[in-house]
Amino acid sequence: MPSEESPAAIHVLEFPGGYTRTTGPVIGRFLTELRDRRLVGVRTAGGRVLVPPLEYDPDTGEPVTDDYVEVGPAGTVQAWAWVGSPRPGHPLDRPFAWALIKLDGADTALVHALDAGSPKALRPGLRVRPRWRAATTGHITDIECFVPEVTSLVAPVRAEYRVTPGRALTRFLEGVRDGRFLGGRCAECDAVYVPYRVSCPACGSVVEEEVEVADTGTVTTYAINNLPDPRAPEVPFVSAYVLLDGADTPMIALIGGIPAHEVRQGMRVRAVWVPPEERTLSMTNVKWFEPTGEPDADLDDSIGGA
Amino acid sequence: MREVAVVAFAQTVHTGHDTGLAEPELLLPVIDEVKRATGLKRFGFTCSGSCDYLAGAPFSFVSALDAVGAWPPISESHVEMDGAFALYEAWVRLQHGDIDTALVYGFGKSSMSDIREIMTLQLDPYYLAPLGLDQVSYAALQACAVNADRPALDEIVRRSRADGRANPHALDLPDPSGEEFEVEPLRPYDVAPVTDGAAAVVLAAGDRARELTGRPAWITGIAHRAEPHYLGMRDLSRSVSTAEAGRAAGVGKGPVDVAELHTQFSHEEPILRAALGLSGEVTVNPSGGPLAANPVMATGLIRVGEAARRILDGSAARAVAHATSGPCLQQNLVAVLEGAVLDQSL
Repeated sequence: MPSEESPAAIHVLEFPGGYTRTTGPVIGRFLTELRDRRLVGVRTAGGRVLVPPLEYDPDTGEPVTDDYVEVGPAGTVQAWAWVGSPRPGHPLDRPFAWALIKLDGADTALVHALDAGSPKALRPGLRVRPRWRAATTGHITDIECFVPEVTSLVAPVRAEYRVTPGRALTRFLEGVRDGRFLGGRCAECDAVYVPYRVSCPACGSVVEEEVEVADTGTVTTYAINNLPDPRAPEVPFVSAYVLLDGADTPMIALIGGIPAHEVRQGMRVRAVWVPPEERTLSMTNVKWFEPTGEPDADLDDSIGGA
Repeated sequence: MREVAVVAFAQTVHTGHDTGLAEPELLLPVIDEVKRATGLKRFGFTCSGSCDYLAGAPFSFVSALDAVGAWPPISESHVEMDGAFALYEAWVRLQHGDIDTALVYGFGKSSMSDIREIMTLQLDPYYLAPLGLDQVSYAALQACAVNADRPALDEIVRRSRADGRANPHALDLPDPSGEEFEVEPLRPYDVAPVTDGAAAVVLAAGDRARELTGRPAWITGIAHRAEPHYLGMRDLSRSVSTAEAGRAAGVGKGPVDVAELHTQFSHEEPILRAALGLSGEVTVNPSGGPLAANPVMATGLIRVGEAARRILDGSAARAVAHATSGPCLQQNLVAVLEGAVLDQSL
């Protein structure tokens, strides 16, 4: 007979106001100390410290001594279980861990909740401390939960600068504003440097000749970036060195218009410019480089041809 | 030690939902079945296992006696534990020598409430229950302590559920799938299903057993041991009490053909295998085990019954049955069942 056809009634088992239990001297001592925010264990005849205290030695069954030892408050996590969806009776209403915690000075582990934020924070040997409730009453939940010890901090850093591009870069950006890539040719080395510069990094001569190079080029090397970057259109994105046709040094640029894993060395690309009315003195005038569809270039030729 | 054997075993077709039957109604057919199988109408002793918290009513086992027939007065007892522990009490009672038969049964409907909440109520009321530590959470702590291997656990569940589908009494559950956690590291399918059901076993001693069945499943060893209740006082990665009970029951004294283990969570199987020294060759839970049907308070008794069934039908010569109670395998019972009694003292 399916259950939905059966008559049913809700039946509640409850002790209104709660069930009163006496604690006895051993558990009572632990809970009394807990109310004063101290953690104590009890020593067995064999010398082990049981936390939480029991009336008997679990190994021998003999009564414990009346030697109470302050332990913790810090302890070490031995095992844990991550609760992704807390239940109504659980001590925390956000994801947390149950943990077996060996308090410093104890020989047994205490079971309690651990507010660790993420399961990635959990590992054997994790050091934790209790987080106490504002009002303690002598109950195991006087400890709201345990929390990891402080092992790192976040230090905000922010400094503001006013930068100017300098004479050479300003000239280069003026070109980019006009939809042109400008380079400088060193008369001594016969090499074209892009972006435009006023001195030759190889021989130190003053660069006097300004040349315009093409907005097409070849990818010489690249990297696939999986972390978001405010300058990139999407994740993953590809940043690459593009050797513009007519230049002897590659320029770093974004690659777009193609799935990241299809980008390759030797791929021919062309700059995608933003509309002229949107252009400023900035590299953002180039949205990215996208494939031209031409056959791949032989990198040895393009680089060796400098 | 007096020779005592399992001579009959019956269980319900377990369900994952409430069929509308009250517990005595669930129980009546299985008691009828073992009475018919043995021809016995009355028993020297009757012992049951159940849990009042499952029904939410005190002395709920008393009403179940309606299914037994308690008048004229019978010699009867009850344990607030799985029926396997009632079987132990009946076995001890038979050792007295003045009676020859005993009826043992266990029953439970875990569909009536939230079993995770109910099992919180069995915990120590000072340190554990007030935290709201639930059954799956403490089992997950043990799974972490044993550092269980995920592919191995998946294979245990897959095998158990496949065997369960072949067992007409167990639930029809699909192969395990899904990446979500119930309580990490346990996935929902690592947890035994909510199940309603009941089981009954008849024990008989000596020649009475030989009269009642052609091939009694002799209990050549039985023992149970307990560990501290508090989880932090134990090494959760091992089951010391199962190992001790297994040693006392003589598990290692001969080859084991089959073992029925009370594994309510997949990670308990490697712990119990290690504790009992069962090699990879030993067939474990061919019935599907608790991962395929877990009628709480009958599940352990069913392990004894399923192990005995393989002796009774001749498919095994030597079988091991295991039952547990308490959080994280706290208390464990181990029985060895054999088709032939080899003890020279008998």
